[in-house]
Amino acid sequence: MKPLSGVLWLPPLMSFVLITGLIECSIILMDLPAYLAPRPSAVALALFIHAEELLKATRHTGIAAITGLGMSAILGALLAITLASHPLIRRAFYPYAVFFQTVPIIAIAPMLVIWFGYGQGAVVAASFIVSVSPIIANTLTGLLSTDPALLDLFRIAKASRLDTLFKLRIPGAIPHFLTGLRIASGLAVIGAIVGEFVADSYEDGGGIGTAVEIALKEQRTDLVFAAVLMSSLLGLLIFWLVSGLNQLSLKYWHLGEFKDS
Amino acid sequence: MKHRQGAGLKLRGIHRQFEGRPVINHLDLDVAPGEFLAIIGPSGCGKSTLLRLLAHLDQADQGTLDRSEADLDVAFVFQDPCLMPWRSVIDNVALPLELQGVPRHHRIPAAEALLKTVGLGDAQGKFPQQLSGGMKMRVSLARALITRPDLLLLDEPFAALDDITRHHLDDHLQSLWLSHPMTVVFVTHSLSEAVYLADRVIVLSAGGGNITLDYKVPLPHPRTAASRLSTPFIDHLRTVSEAFEGHSRTLA
Repeated sequence: MKPLSGVLWLPPLMSFVLITGLIECSIILMDLPAYLAPRPSAVALALFIHAEELLKATRHTGIAAITGLGMSAILGALLAITLASHPLIRRAFYPYAVFFQTVPIIAIAPMLVIWFGYGQGAVVAASFIVSVSPIIANTLTGLLSTDPALLDLFRIAKASRLDTLFKLRIPGAIPHFLTGLRIASGLAVIGAIVGEFVADSYEDGGGIGTAVEIALKEQRTDLVFAAVLMSSLLGLLIFWLVSGLNQLSLKYWHLGEFKDS
Repeated sequence: MKHRQGAGLKLRGIHRQFEGRPVINHLDLDVAPGEFLAIIGPSGCGKSTLLRLLAHLDQADQGTLDRSEADLDVAFVFQDPCLMPWRSVIDNVALPLELQGVPRHHRIPAAEALLKTVGLGDAQGKFPQQLSGGMKMRVSLARALITRPDLLLLDEPFAALDDITRHHLDDHLQSLWLSHPMTVVFVTHSLSEAVYLADRVIVLSAGGGNITLDYKVPLPHPRTAASRLSTPFIDHLRTVSEAFEGHSRTLA
Protein backbone atom coordinates (compact mmCIF):
# COMPACT_ATOMS: atom_id res chain seq x y z
CA MET A 1 0.00 0.00 0.00
CA LYS A 2 3.04 2.29 -0.03
CA PRO A 3 2.43 4.13 -3.31
CA LEU A 4 -1.09 4.97 -2.09
CA SER A 5 -0.12 6.45 1.26
CA GLY A 6 1.14 9.70 -0.35
CA VAL A 7 -2.28 10.50 -1.75
CA LEU A 8 -4.32 9.16 1.16
CA TRP A 9 -5.15 12.65 2.39
CA LEU A 10 -6.16 13.81 -1.07
CA PRO A 11 -9.68 12.27 -1.40
CA PRO A 12 -10.99 13.68 1.92
CA LEU A 13 -9.46 17.07 1.12
CA MET A 14 -11.07 17.10 -2.32
CA SER A 15 -14.47 16.14 -0.94
CA PHE A 16 -14.10 18.82 1.74
CA VAL A 17 -13.29 21.54 -0.81
CA LEU A 18 -16.12 20.36 -3.05
CA ILE A 19 -18.78 20.25 -0.33
CA THR A 20 -17.86 23.53 1.37
CA GLY A 21 -17.54 25.18 -2.05
CA LEU A 22 -20.99 23.91 -2.99
CA ILE A 23 -22.52 25.20 0.26
CA GLU A 24 -20.78 28.55 -0.17
CA CYS A 25 -22.03 28.94 -3.74
CA SER A 26 -25.61 27.90 -3.00
CA ILE A 27 -25.86 30.28 -0.04
CA ILE A 28 -24.64 33.13 -2.27
CA LEU A 29 -26.88 32.12 -5.18
CA MET A 30 -30.00 31.73 -3.02
CA ASP A 31 -29.13 34.94 -1.23
CA LEU A 32 -29.72 33.40 2.20
CA PRO A 33 -29.29 35.83 5.10
CA ALA A 34 -26.30 35.13 7.42
CA TYR A 35 -28.49 34.54 10.51
CA LEU A 36 -30.20 31.67 8.68
CA ALA A 37 -27.17 29.96 7.17
CA PRO A 38 -23.64 31.26 7.60
CA ARG A 39 -21.26 30.86 4.67
CA PRO A 40 -18.41 28.42 5.29
CA SER A 41 -15.97 31.23 4.64
CA ALA A 42 -17.64 33.29 7.38
CA VAL A 43 -17.37 30.33 9.76
CA ALA A 44 -13.69 29.99 8.92
CA LEU A 45 -13.19 33.70 9.51
CA ALA A 46 -15.02 33.56 12.86
CA LEU A 47 -12.90 30.57 13.81
CA PHE A 48 -9.80 32.59 13.03
CA ILE A 49 -10.85 35.88 14.68
CA HIS A 50 -12.23 34.26 17.83
CA ALA A 51 -9.59 31.55 17.99
CA GLU A 52 -8.39 32.55 21.45
CA GLU A 53 -11.84 32.59 23.12
CA LEU A 54 -12.89 29.43 21.32
CA LEU A 55 -9.77 27.57 22.39
CA LYS A 56 -10.30 28.72 25.96
CA ALA A 57 -13.93 27.55 25.84
CA THR A 58 -12.85 24.22 24.34
CA ARG A 59 -10.35 23.74 27.12
CA HIS A 60 -13.02 24.58 29.68
CA THR A 61 -15.41 22.00 28.22
CA GLY A 62 -12.60 19.52 27.68
CA ILE A 63 -11.64 19.56 31.35
CA ALA A 64 -15.26 18.95 32.38
CA ALA A 65 -15.71 16.16 29.81
CA ILE A 66 -12.48 14.39 30.76
CA THR A 67 -13.33 14.66 34.47
CA GLY A 68 -16.81 13.26 33.79
CA LEU A 69 -15.34 10.48 31.64
CA GLY A 70 -12.74 9.65 34.30
CA MET A 71 -15.47 9.37 36.94
CA SER A 72 -17.49 7.18 34.57
CA ALA A 73 -14.49 4.94 34.02
CA ILE A 74 -13.80 4.44 37.73
CA LEU A 75 -17.36 4.31 39.06
CA GLY A 76 -18.67 2.43 36.00
CA ALA A 77 -16.04 -0.27 36.39
CA LEU A 78 -16.68 -0.59 40.13
CA LEU A 79 -20.43 -0.77 39.55
CA ALA A 80 -19.95 -3.43 36.88
CA ILE A 81 -17.78 -5.51 39.23
CA THR A 82 -20.46 -5.22 41.94
CA LEU A 83 -23.20 -6.22 39.49
CA ALA A 84 -21.16 -9.15 38.21
CA SER A 85 -20.54 -10.50 41.70
CA HIS A 86 -23.93 -12.20 42.08
CA PRO A 87 -27.02 -12.81 39.90
CA LEU A 88 -29.28 -11.53 42.71
CA ILE A 89 -27.39 -8.24 42.94
CA ARG A 90 -27.62 -7.99 39.17
CA ARG A 91 -31.37 -8.56 39.17
CA ALA A 92 -31.89 -6.08 41.97
CA PHE A 93 -29.70 -3.24 40.75
CA TYR A 94 -29.15 -3.50 36.99
CA PRO A 95 -32.39 -1.61 36.24
CA TYR A 96 -30.91 1.39 38.06
CA ALA A 97 -27.81 1.20 35.89
CA VAL A 98 -30.03 1.25 32.81
CA PHE A 99 -31.61 4.40 34.27
CA PHE A 100 -28.41 6.30 33.43
CA GLN A 101 -28.83 5.32 29.81
CA THR A 102 -32.46 6.32 29.51
CA VAL A 103 -32.53 9.45 31.63
CA PRO A 104 -33.16 12.49 29.38
CA ILE A 105 -30.17 14.57 30.36
CA ILE A 106 -31.77 17.81 29.19
CA ALA A 107 -34.65 17.23 31.60
CA ILE A 108 -32.53 16.38 34.57
CA ALA A 109 -29.92 19.11 34.03
CA PRO A 110 -31.92 21.76 35.96
CA MET A 111 -31.97 19.36 38.92
CA LEU A 112 -28.20 19.11 38.68
CA VAL A 113 -28.07 22.89 39.12
CA ILE A 114 -30.17 22.57 42.26
CA TRP A 115 -27.90 19.84 43.60
CA PHE A 116 -24.51 21.12 42.53
CA GLY A 117 -25.10 24.83 41.89
CA TYR A 118 -24.08 26.66 38.73
CA GLY A 119 -20.60 25.79 37.52
CA GLN A 120 -18.32 22.90 36.69
CA GLY A 121 -19.83 20.55 39.32
CA ALA A 122 -23.15 20.27 37.52
CA VAL A 123 -21.43 20.13 34.11
CA VAL A 124 -19.20 17.24 35.20
CA ALA A 125 -22.25 15.48 36.66
CA ALA A 126 -24.10 15.79 33.34
CA SER A 127 -21.08 14.46 31.49
CA PHE A 128 -20.85 11.54 33.95
CA ILE A 129 -24.54 10.61 33.71
CA VAL A 130 -24.43 10.47 29.91
CA SER A 131 -21.16 8.56 29.64
CA VAL A 132 -21.36 5.98 32.44
CA SER A 133 -23.84 3.48 31.01
CA PRO A 134 -21.77 2.15 28.06
CA ILE A 135 -18.92 1.56 30.49
CA ILE A 136 -21.15 -0.36 32.91
CA ALA A 137 -22.79 -2.38 30.14
CA ASN A 138 -19.58 -3.29 28.32
CA THR A 139 -17.55 -4.06 31.43
CA LEU A 140 -20.37 -6.22 32.77
CA THR A 141 -20.52 -8.14 29.50
CA GLY A 142 -16.76 -8.68 29.72
CA LEU A 143 -16.94 -9.85 33.34
CA LEU A 144 -19.73 -12.30 32.54
CA SER A 145 -18.20 -13.75 29.37
CA THR A 146 -15.16 -15.31 31.00
CA ASP A 147 -14.07 -18.51 29.24
CA PRO A 148 -16.01 -21.27 31.06
CA ALA A 149 -13.06 -23.67 30.69
CA LEU A 150 -10.80 -21.21 32.51
CA LEU A 151 -13.45 -20.88 35.23
CA ASP A 152 -13.41 -24.70 35.53
CA LEU A 153 -9.64 -24.57 35.77
CA PHE A 154 -9.89 -22.12 38.66
CA ARG A 155 -12.51 -24.30 40.35
CA ILE A 156 -10.32 -27.39 40.06
CA ALA A 157 -7.41 -25.41 41.51
CA LYS A 158 -9.75 -24.43 44.38
CA ALA A 159 -9.10 -20.74 43.71
CA SER A 160 -10.69 -18.20 46.03
CA ARG A 161 -13.42 -15.86 44.77
CA LEU A 162 -11.00 -12.95 44.99
CA ASP A 163 -8.35 -14.75 42.96
CA THR A 164 -10.96 -15.67 40.36
CA LEU A 165 -12.03 -12.03 40.20
CA PHE A 166 -8.62 -10.38 40.08
CA LYS A 167 -6.65 -13.00 38.15
CA LEU A 168 -9.32 -14.11 35.70
CA ARG A 169 -12.51 -12.09 35.41
CA ILE A 170 -11.11 -8.56 35.56
CA PRO A 171 -8.11 -9.04 33.24
CA GLY A 172 -10.40 -10.80 30.77
CA ALA A 173 -12.85 -7.89 30.85
CA ILE A 174 -10.26 -5.18 30.10
CA PRO A 175 -10.88 -5.16 26.31
CA HIS A 176 -14.64 -4.81 26.87
CA PHE A 177 -14.06 -2.02 29.38
CA LEU A 178 -11.89 -0.17 26.86
CA THR A 179 -14.55 -0.51 24.16
CA GLY A 180 -17.05 1.00 26.59
CA LEU A 181 -14.62 3.82 27.35
CA ARG A 182 -14.30 4.65 23.65
CA ILE A 183 -18.06 4.83 23.18
CA ALA A 184 -18.30 6.92 26.36
CA SER A 185 -15.64 9.40 25.22
CA GLY A 186 -17.88 11.01 22.59
CA LEU A 187 -20.88 10.99 24.93
CA ALA A 188 -18.89 12.72 27.68
CA VAL A 189 -18.39 15.80 25.46
CA ILE A 190 -22.09 15.89 24.54
CA GLY A 191 -23.03 15.61 28.22
CA ALA A 192 -20.67 18.42 29.17
CA ILE A 193 -22.06 20.77 26.50
CA VAL A 194 -25.67 20.02 27.46
CA GLY A 195 -24.66 20.65 31.07
CA GLU A 196 -23.18 23.99 30.09
CA PHE A 197 -26.38 25.07 28.33
CA VAL A 198 -28.19 24.79 31.62
CA ALA A 199 -25.65 25.07 34.36
CA ASP A 200 -22.63 27.09 33.24
CA SER A 201 -21.61 29.84 35.66
CA TYR A 202 -19.91 31.93 32.93
CA GLU A 203 -16.94 31.86 35.22
CA ASP A 204 -13.69 32.10 33.28
CA GLY A 205 -15.62 32.82 30.05
CA GLY A 206 -17.47 29.48 30.15
CA GLY A 207 -17.27 26.51 27.84
CA ILE A 208 -18.38 25.68 24.30
CA GLY A 209 -22.01 25.30 25.35
CA THR A 210 -21.93 28.82 26.74
CA ALA A 211 -20.21 30.16 23.63
CA VAL A 212 -22.96 28.64 21.46
CA GLU A 213 -25.66 30.09 23.68
CA ILE A 214 -24.19 33.61 23.61
CA ALA A 215 -23.55 33.51 19.87
CA LEU A 216 -27.16 32.38 19.28
CA LYS A 217 -28.52 35.29 21.31
CA GLU A 218 -26.44 37.64 19.17
CA GLN A 219 -27.62 35.85 15.99
CA ARG A 220 -23.95 35.16 15.20
CA THR A 221 -24.56 31.88 13.42
CA ASP A 222 -21.02 31.89 12.01
CA LEU A 223 -19.76 31.78 15.59
CA VAL A 224 -22.29 29.05 16.49
CA PHE A 225 -20.92 26.85 13.74
CA ALA A 226 -17.35 27.69 14.69
CA ALA A 227 -18.10 26.59 18.27
CA VAL A 228 -19.85 23.43 17.10
CA LEU A 229 -16.81 22.64 14.97
CA MET A 230 -14.59 23.06 18.02
CA SER A 231 -16.78 20.70 20.05
CA SER A 232 -16.53 18.06 17.33
CA LEU A 233 -12.77 18.46 17.32
CA LEU A 234 -12.76 18.12 21.11
CA GLY A 235 -14.79 14.93 20.85
CA LEU A 236 -12.36 13.58 18.27
CA LEU A 237 -9.37 14.54 20.40
CA ILE A 238 -10.73 12.70 23.45
CA PHE A 239 -11.67 9.73 21.28
CA TRP A 240 -8.12 9.60 19.91
CA LEU A 241 -6.64 9.86 23.41
CA VAL A 242 -8.81 6.98 24.59
CA SER A 243 -8.02 4.93 21.47
CA GLY A 244 -4.31 5.50 22.08
CA LEU A 245 -4.76 4.35 25.66
CA ASN A 246 -6.71 1.39 24.30
CA GLN A 247 -3.90 0.32 21.97
CA LEU A 248 -1.30 0.77 24.70
CA SER A 249 -3.18 -1.30 27.25
CA LEU A 250 -4.09 -4.04 24.77
CA LYS A 251 -0.40 -4.26 23.95
CA TYR A 252 0.43 -4.36 27.65
CA TRP A 253 -2.15 -7.07 28.27
CA HIS A 254 -1.09 -8.86 25.07
CA LEU A 255 -4.65 -9.11 23.91
CA GLY A 256 -3.67 -8.97 20.27
CA GLU A 257 -6.73 -10.80 19.04
CA PHE A 258 -9.06 -8.14 20.40
CA LYS A 259 -7.24 -5.31 18.66
CA ASP A 260 -9.25 -3.79 15.87
CA SER A 261 -7.41 -2.44 12.88
CA MET B 1 7.03 -34.08 48.78
CA LYS B 2 4.29 -36.52 48.02
CA HIS B 3 5.10 -40.13 47.36
CA ARG B 4 2.02 -41.41 45.68
CA GLN B 5 1.26 -43.82 42.95
CA GLY B 6 -1.65 -41.80 41.70
CA ALA B 7 -5.30 -41.98 42.61
CA GLY B 8 -7.52 -45.02 42.44
CA LEU B 9 -11.09 -44.48 41.27
CA LYS B 10 -14.17 -46.56 41.95
CA LEU B 11 -17.45 -45.72 40.26
CA ARG B 12 -20.62 -47.60 41.11
CA GLY B 13 -23.96 -47.06 39.41
CA ILE B 14 -23.10 -43.55 38.27
CA HIS B 15 -26.10 -41.94 36.65
CA ARG B 16 -26.28 -38.47 35.21
CA GLN B 17 -28.99 -36.95 33.10
CA PHE B 18 -29.63 -33.59 31.53
CA GLU B 19 -33.22 -32.46 30.95
CA GLY B 20 -34.49 -36.01 31.45
CA ARG B 21 -32.09 -37.52 28.91
CA PRO B 22 -29.57 -39.86 30.52
CA VAL B 23 -26.01 -39.12 29.44
CA ILE B 24 -24.38 -41.63 31.73
CA ASN B 25 -26.52 -44.64 32.53
CA HIS B 26 -25.62 -46.57 35.71
CA LEU B 27 -21.93 -46.88 34.92
CA ASP B 28 -19.53 -49.06 36.91
CA LEU B 29 -15.84 -48.45 36.45
CA ASP B 30 -12.63 -49.06 38.38
CA VAL B 31 -9.38 -47.31 37.65
CA ALA B 32 -6.23 -48.59 39.36
CA PRO B 33 -3.74 -46.16 40.90
CA GLY B 34 -1.16 -45.12 38.32
CA GLU B 35 -3.14 -46.55 35.44
CA PHE B 36 -3.31 -44.86 32.05
CA LEU B 37 -6.92 -45.29 30.92
CA ALA B 38 -8.16 -44.19 27.50
CA ILE B 39 -11.87 -43.71 26.90
CA ILE B 40 -13.24 -43.73 23.38
CA GLY B 41 -16.78 -43.69 22.14
CA PRO B 42 -19.09 -42.01 19.65
CA SER B 43 -20.10 -38.40 20.10
CA GLY B 44 -22.61 -37.92 22.88
CA CYS B 45 -21.63 -41.05 24.80
CA GLY B 46 -20.98 -38.98 27.93
CA LYS B 47 -17.18 -39.00 27.82
CA SER B 48 -16.85 -35.34 28.72
CA THR B 49 -19.53 -35.58 31.37
CA LEU B 50 -17.69 -38.50 32.91
CA LEU B 51 -14.49 -36.46 33.10
CA ARG B 52 -16.33 -33.56 34.69
CA LEU B 53 -17.75 -35.92 37.30
CA LEU B 54 -14.27 -37.26 38.04
CA ALA B 55 -12.99 -33.69 38.40
CA HIS B 56 -15.87 -32.83 40.78
CA LEU B 57 -16.95 -30.13 38.35
CA ASP B 58 -20.32 -31.86 38.19
CA GLN B 59 -22.34 -34.07 40.54
CA ALA B 60 -23.87 -37.41 39.63
CA ASP B 61 -27.64 -37.79 40.09
CA GLN B 62 -27.17 -41.31 41.46
CA GLY B 63 -24.34 -43.64 42.30
CA THR B 64 -21.09 -43.32 44.16
CA LEU B 65 -17.73 -42.06 43.07
CA ASP B 66 -14.89 -42.96 45.43
CA ARG B 67 -11.48 -41.49 45.03
CA SER B 68 -8.71 -43.21 46.97
CA GLU B 69 -7.51 -40.01 48.62
CA ALA B 70 -9.68 -37.35 50.16
CA ASP B 71 -7.53 -34.34 49.23
CA LEU B 72 -6.81 -35.50 45.74
CA ASP B 73 -4.83 -33.17 43.52
CA VAL B 74 -6.60 -33.16 40.16
CA ALA B 75 -5.51 -31.52 36.92
CA PHE B 76 -7.58 -31.07 33.78
CA VAL B 77 -6.49 -30.51 30.18
CA PHE B 78 -9.18 -29.24 27.84
CA GLN B 79 -9.41 -29.63 24.08
CA ASP B 80 -8.69 -25.92 23.81
CA PRO B 81 -5.35 -24.89 25.38
CA CYS B 82 -7.22 -22.26 27.47
CA LEU B 83 -4.20 -20.07 28.12
CA MET B 84 -4.58 -16.58 29.49
CA PRO B 85 -3.48 -14.20 26.72
CA TRP B 86 -2.36 -11.53 29.21
CA ARG B 87 0.09 -13.85 30.95
CA SER B 88 3.47 -14.94 29.65
CA VAL B 89 4.05 -18.64 29.03
CA ILE B 90 5.90 -19.10 32.32
CA ASP B 91 3.19 -17.29 34.32
CA ASN B 92 0.52 -19.40 32.62
CA VAL B 93 2.33 -22.58 33.65
CA ALA B 94 2.91 -21.32 37.20
CA LEU B 95 -0.76 -20.30 37.66
CA PRO B 96 -1.97 -23.37 39.62
CA LEU B 97 0.91 -22.97 42.09
CA GLU B 98 0.16 -19.27 42.36
CA LEU B 99 -3.46 -20.10 43.25
CA GLN B 100 -2.18 -22.44 45.96
CA GLY B 101 -0.17 -19.55 47.42
CA VAL B 102 3.28 -20.87 46.46
CA PRO B 103 5.69 -17.89 46.47
CA ARG B 104 7.10 -16.66 43.17
CA HIS B 105 10.71 -17.73 43.80
CA HIS B 106 9.51 -21.33 44.24
CA ARG B 107 6.94 -21.55 41.49
CA ILE B 108 8.97 -19.96 38.69
CA PRO B 109 11.87 -22.46 38.83
CA ALA B 110 9.34 -25.31 38.92
CA ALA B 111 7.59 -23.93 35.85
CA GLU B 112 10.93 -23.42 34.08
CA ALA B 113 11.95 -27.01 34.68
CA LEU B 114 8.62 -28.34 33.41
CA LEU B 115 8.73 -26.15 30.30
CA LYS B 116 12.16 -27.59 29.52
CA THR B 117 10.84 -31.14 29.69
CA VAL B 118 8.14 -30.30 27.12
CA GLY B 119 10.75 -28.65 24.91
CA LEU B 120 9.70 -25.06 25.48
CA GLY B 121 12.67 -23.90 27.54
CA ASP B 122 13.25 -20.80 25.44
CA ALA B 123 9.59 -19.81 25.04
CA GLN B 124 8.92 -18.95 28.67
CA GLY B 125 8.94 -15.17 28.12
CA LYS B 126 6.62 -15.36 25.13
CA PHE B 127 2.90 -14.77 25.13
CA PRO B 128 0.31 -17.34 24.03
CA GLN B 129 -0.63 -15.67 20.74
CA GLN B 130 3.01 -15.89 19.64
CA LEU B 131 2.86 -19.69 19.85
CA SER B 132 1.65 -22.35 17.42
CA GLY B 133 -1.26 -24.62 18.31
CA GLY B 134 1.03 -27.48 19.31
CA MET B 135 3.19 -25.22 21.48
CA LYS B 136 0.10 -23.84 23.24
CA MET B 137 -1.02 -27.38 23.98
CA ARG B 138 2.39 -28.20 25.46
CA VAL B 139 2.09 -25.13 27.69
CA SER B 140 -1.36 -26.33 28.71
CA LEU B 141 0.07 -29.76 29.51
CA ALA B 142 2.88 -28.23 31.57
CA ARG B 143 0.37 -26.11 33.49
CA ALA B 144 -1.68 -29.20 34.33
CA LEU B 145 1.37 -31.05 35.66
CA ILE B 146 2.93 -28.23 37.68
CA THR B 147 1.15 -29.27 40.89
CA ARG B 148 2.28 -32.90 40.41
CA PRO B 149 -1.33 -34.13 40.35
CA ASP B 150 -2.49 -37.55 41.49
CA LEU B 151 -5.11 -37.64 38.76
CA LEU B 152 -4.75 -36.13 35.29
CA LEU B 153 -7.89 -35.81 33.19
CA LEU B 154 -7.62 -34.99 29.50
CA ASP B 155 -10.63 -34.21 27.30
CA GLU B 156 -9.60 -34.80 23.68
CA PRO B 157 -6.56 -32.60 24.24
CA PHE B 158 -4.83 -33.01 20.88
CA ALA B 159 -7.89 -33.31 18.64
CA ALA B 160 -7.34 -29.97 16.92
CA LEU B 161 -3.73 -30.68 15.96
CA ASP B 162 -2.18 -32.18 12.85
CA ASP B 163 -0.93 -35.79 12.99
CA ILE B 164 2.78 -35.05 13.36
CA THR B 165 2.27 -32.54 16.17
CA ARG B 166 -0.18 -34.93 17.76
CA HIS B 167 2.33 -37.77 17.78
CA HIS B 168 4.94 -35.49 19.39
CA LEU B 169 2.47 -34.50 22.08
CA ASP B 170 1.53 -38.14 22.67
CA ASP B 171 5.20 -38.81 23.34
CA HIS B 172 5.49 -35.82 25.68
CA LEU B 173 2.45 -37.01 27.60
CA GLN B 174 3.80 -40.55 27.81
CA SER B 175 7.20 -39.45 29.15
CA LEU B 176 5.57 -37.09 31.67
CA TRP B 177 3.40 -39.95 32.92
CA LEU B 178 6.39 -42.29 33.12
CA SER B 179 8.49 -39.74 35.05
CA HIS B 180 5.74 -38.85 37.51
CA PRO B 181 3.44 -41.61 38.72
CA MET B 182 -0.16 -40.52 38.38
CA THR B 183 -3.46 -41.86 37.19
CA VAL B 184 -4.43 -40.63 33.74
CA VAL B 185 -7.91 -40.69 32.23
CA PHE B 186 -7.63 -39.73 28.59
CA VAL B 187 -10.67 -39.12 26.39
CA THR B 188 -9.94 -39.28 22.69
CA HIS B 189 -11.56 -39.77 19.32
CA SER B 190 -8.46 -41.44 17.93
CA LEU B 191 -8.34 -45.22 18.31
CA SER B 192 -4.65 -45.41 17.46
CA GLU B 193 -3.82 -42.68 19.98
CA ALA B 194 -5.73 -44.60 22.63
CA VAL B 195 -3.97 -47.88 21.90
CA TYR B 196 -0.59 -46.15 21.64
CA LEU B 197 -0.77 -44.44 25.02
CA ALA B 198 -2.99 -46.42 27.31
CA ASP B 199 -2.58 -49.44 29.60
CA ARG B 200 -6.26 -50.02 29.11
CA VAL B 201 -8.82 -48.83 26.60
CA ILE B 202 -12.54 -48.73 27.22
CA VAL B 203 -15.16 -48.14 24.57
CA LEU B 204 -18.37 -46.47 25.73
CA SER B 205 -21.66 -46.95 23.92
CA ALA B 206 -23.79 -44.10 22.65
CA GLY B 207 -26.29 -43.14 25.29
CA GLY B 208 -23.69 -43.80 27.93
CA GLY B 209 -23.15 -46.28 30.63
CA ASN B 210 -22.38 -49.43 28.74
CA ILE B 211 -18.76 -50.35 28.39
CA THR B 212 -18.80 -52.30 25.14
CA LEU B 213 -15.10 -53.14 25.33
CA ASP B 214 -12.64 -53.11 28.21
CA TYR B 215 -9.30 -53.94 26.71
CA LYS B 216 -5.86 -54.16 28.29
CA VAL B 217 -3.04 -53.22 25.92
CA PRO B 218 -0.21 -55.53 26.96
CA LEU B 219 2.56 -53.59 25.22
CA PRO B 220 5.40 -52.36 27.47
CA HIS B 221 6.04 -48.65 28.06
CA PRO B 222 7.71 -46.52 26.81
CA ARG B 223 6.21 -47.04 23.39
CA THR B 224 7.98 -45.40 20.49
CA ALA B 225 7.11 -44.16 17.05
CA ALA B 226 8.33 -47.49 15.64
CA SER B 227 5.82 -49.40 17.74
CA ARG B 228 2.96 -47.65 15.94
CA LEU B 229 3.82 -49.82 12.94
CA SER B 230 4.64 -53.04 14.77
CA THR B 231 2.48 -56.09 14.15
CA PRO B 232 1.30 -56.50 17.80
CA PHE B 233 0.27 -52.82 17.90
CA ILE B 234 -1.75 -53.18 14.71
CA ASP B 235 -3.37 -56.35 16.06
CA HIS B 236 -4.48 -54.53 19.23
CA LEU B 237 -5.68 -51.58 17.19
CA ARG B 238 -7.73 -53.93 15.00
CA THR B 239 -9.41 -55.53 18.02
CA VAL B 240 -10.38 -52.18 19.51
CA SER B 241 -11.40 -50.85 16.14
CA GLU B 242 -13.66 -53.84 15.45
CA ALA B 243 -15.36 -53.45 18.80
CA PHE B 244 -15.87 -49.75 18.15
CA GLU B 245 -17.05 -50.15 14.55
CA GLY B 246 -19.18 -53.17 15.34
CA HIS B 247 -21.03 -51.29 17.98
CA SER B 248 -21.44 -48.21 15.80
CA ARG B 249 -22.81 -50.39 13.02
CA THR B 250 -25.47 -51.97 15.23
CA LEU B 251 -26.56 -48.43 16.11
CA ALA B 252 -26.70 -47.31 12.49
